[in-house]
Amino acid sequence: MSEENNDVVIRVRNLKKYFELHAGMFKFWGEPIYVKAVDGIDFDIHKGEILGLVGESGCGKTTTGRLLTRLEDPTEGNILFEGEDIAKLKGKELKSYRRNVQMIFQDPYESLNPRFTVQKTVMEPLIIHGIGESYDERVEMVIKALEDAELRPAEEYLDRFPHELSGGQRQRVAIARALVLRPKFIVADEPVSMLDVSIRAGVMNLMLDLRDKYNIPFLFITHDIAVSRYMSDKMAVMYLGKIVEMADSDEIVFNPMHPYTKALISAVPVPDPDHKHGRVQIKGEIPSPINLPPGCRFWPRCPYAKKGICDVKEPPLVEVEPGHYVACHFAEQLAAGELETGEEAKEVIEESEKIES
Amino acid sequence: MAKNLLDVRNLSIHYKIQGGWVYAVDDVSFTLEKGETMGLVGESGCGKTTTGYGITQLLASNAYLKEGSKVIFDGKDFVQMSTVPSKEYKGYRKIVEYHPEMREYRWKRISMIFQGAMNAFNPVFKVGDQIIEAIKAHEDVTDEEARKRVEELYKLVGIPVDRIDNYPHEYSGGMKQRAMIAMALALNPDLIIADEPTTALDVVTQDRILGEMAKLQKREKVAMILITHDVSVVAEMAHKIAVMYAGHLVETGTTRQVFKETAHPYMEALLAAFPNIKKEKKERLKAIPGSPPDLANPPKGCRFAPRCPYAKDICLEEEPPVVEVAPGHYSKCHFAEELYGELGGGESNE
Ligand SMILES: Nc1ncnc2c1ncn2[C@@H]1O[C@H](COP(=O)(O)OP(=O)(O)OP(=O)(O)O)[C@@H](O)[C@H]1O
Ligand SMILES: Nc1ncnc2c1ncn2[C@@H]1O[C@H](COP(=O)(O)OP(=O)(O)OP(=O)(O)O)[C@@H](O)[C@H]1O
Ligand code: SF4
Ligand code: SF4
Ligand SMILES: [Mg+2]
Ligand SMILES: [Mg+2]
Repeated sequence: MSEENNDVVIRVRNLKKYFELHAGMFKFWGEPIYVKAVDGIDFDIHKGEILGLVGESGCGKTTTGRLLTRLEDPTEGNILFEGEDIAKLKGKELKSYRRNVQMIFQDPYESLNPRFTVQKTVMEPLIIHGIGESYDERVEMVIKALEDAELRPAEEYLDRFPHELSGGQRQRVAIARALVLRPKFIVADEPVSMLDVSIRAGVMNLMLDLRDKYNIPFLFITHDIAVSRYMSDKMAVMYLGKIVEMADSDEIVFNPMHPYTKALISAVPVPDPDHKHGRVQIKGEIPSPINLPPGCRFWPRCPYAKKGICDVKEPPLVEVEPGHYVACHFAEQLAAGELETGEEAKEVIEESEKIES
Repeated sequence: MAKNLLDVRNLSIHYKIQGGWVYAVDDVSFTLEKGETMGLVGESGCGKTTTGYGITQLLASNAYLKEGSKVIFDGKDFVQMSTVPSKEYKGYRKIVEYHPEMREYRWKRISMIFQGAMNAFNPVFKVGDQIIEAIKAHEDVTDEEARKRVEELYKLVGIPVDRIDNYPHEYSGGMKQRAMIAMALALNPDLIIADEPTTALDVVTQDRILGEMAKLQKREKVAMILITHDVSVVAEMAHKIAVMYAGHLVETGTTRQVFKETAHPYMEALLAAFPNIKKEKKERLKAIPGSPPDLANPPKGCRFAPRCPYAKDICLEEEPPVVEVAPGHYSKCHFAEELYGELGGGESNE
């Protein structure tokens, strides 16, 4: 990840976001309590590349997206945009960065103002950023963006309100609104999760086409790993604020190395009755991000955890194979298939196999 | 042939709204044997929940069943039992709200896991107590006996027994969902109707709960109707599948038949639009043009016609018949015979 590459649009280093919790349920006088939503992550996104960010609810995906678009101030770390650190930008400079970076949200019902027409919705960013010489020029730009979002003929949509559009059309308006500024980077946070299957495919294909056409890189956030594999070139798997594995999407799906990724991939249902899926069991549930376990934060659930190592030292994200990064003390052995499960975990696995048969 | 536990015939459920009707479920027929799991799959608003709850007649007060609808459970027709002809709307029947016999069936023989049921527990009572109360309300057992039953159920669904006396907010989403399953099993039902039981859950938890449900279902020989919008979930869980589109069942058959010998253009399109994580090569997904119709104003003829690549004139005019293309495999399409064997469901999932 350290190699220089002038194709890099976004470079994230040691990025952290800790939320301070206030009184209420977590009253601990004196010491503030933090939710370590994002806790030291690194990745690069190159020109025209889609990085999929996956993981279970609460692992820090949205917070990462909000940090990159600077809707959230980082606690620590760097975000290099075209080589320049934007992590601490304020005021005017922040506004000009925001012009280059757009976000698409999960819920097109909530992200569009119900009282704005399509034209007003898509034109608003142009006005905010003072783009376009005249009203007519702005309308031109709006029409172009709607056409890019495959809302054709665009003129037919200009005067409509959100409630007069289907879910898929609404999400296309949100995409047009993001596109109208000709952004250099887009963060899409669960952009198709609310859409029905038959409509979802069209919106996903639209985003792939736009990437191809304009070479815009995306951070594509989703909890749906099958969707992520379809959309993204590379995938990063998050667990409790950390990236535990990152590689080409197919590599993540067909050759996952981190024990958590293995479990995650094996749990994805497959739309094929002939597919026999072997379950990689992990025990328990995700612990609270307030009381993180020491060492590797996956160890309480990991079938390979070794006492004295995993519960003491935090594993760094290392490149195990070219382009394949894993954060596990035993990544190399896992890659070679040489790792034995720990004593305690053996019980879990055996028990679950017993039930299975 | 084994005797059917459930025989739903020509079930039509319409909602009365201002200025008209929502034709939510129209002429739906299927059967379910003892111990069988049927996946009821389709997109948002197509009528899955209405169908599922229509079986036990747990419907909104503006719901009416069309005359001729039959829901025969273990030989008893629920429609005859708990609906009466509507005085206001000719040709419709209205549900009798408090029907004691129906209530007994609902709890003891058919249990339901409601959509969004994670929040169905009352927050001020302990979870275990709520299940104990449910058992005691329907069976003549002591507190201890009921509690023992709950302990067994907790073991069955994989919640530590020492969590029985916790309150709902002390459970994670996955635990609440499992507790709902325990509740559904508490009275040894013959049929469980599970409406999107894992939709709000993370994939690891979903996988675990589906695994548990499949095991339980096998062991306890309980029949299940699994309602979901996720075709991959039914592929893993169901013996047979009913595919719903805009209030109609468009294809029914065994899971293999529906996935591998797809007989209806909508199911073909649905499979081609669905990403398969295990597919060797990434292939472009195919979107279905347009969007599902408004059920207050469904298109004449075949409801899929405006989006169907095979549509011909007749499709816009006449409602297609249900055709049996192979034993136990039905497609509601004018060209079912011609298209059978030609559609791409199978290859799209190699
Ligand atoms: N403003 C905030 N204040 C306190 N905690 C927060 C705040 N925003 C997020 N968190 C916490 O940070 C963690 C990460 O949240 P985030 O929304 O980034 O997760 P996510 O991966 O997007 O989850 P989901 O899949 O549910 O959207 C969670 O524990 C969340 O509760
Ligand atoms: N009480 C009601 N009055 C009027 N229309 C209703 C009522 N309940 C449901 N509908 C409509 O009936 C149709 C079928 O709804 P239903 O809830 O059965 O669909 P579904 O397939 O379960 O959808 P989802 O996947 O979103 O849960 C929808 O068009 C819905 O808007
Ligand atoms: S570091 Fe240890 S606990 Fe963490 S994933 Fe690797 S083996 Fe498991
Ligand atoms: S009846 Fe016609 S429109 Fe309907 S699915 Fe068959 S071919 Fe398509
Ligand atoms: Mg999120
Ligand atoms: Mg529903």
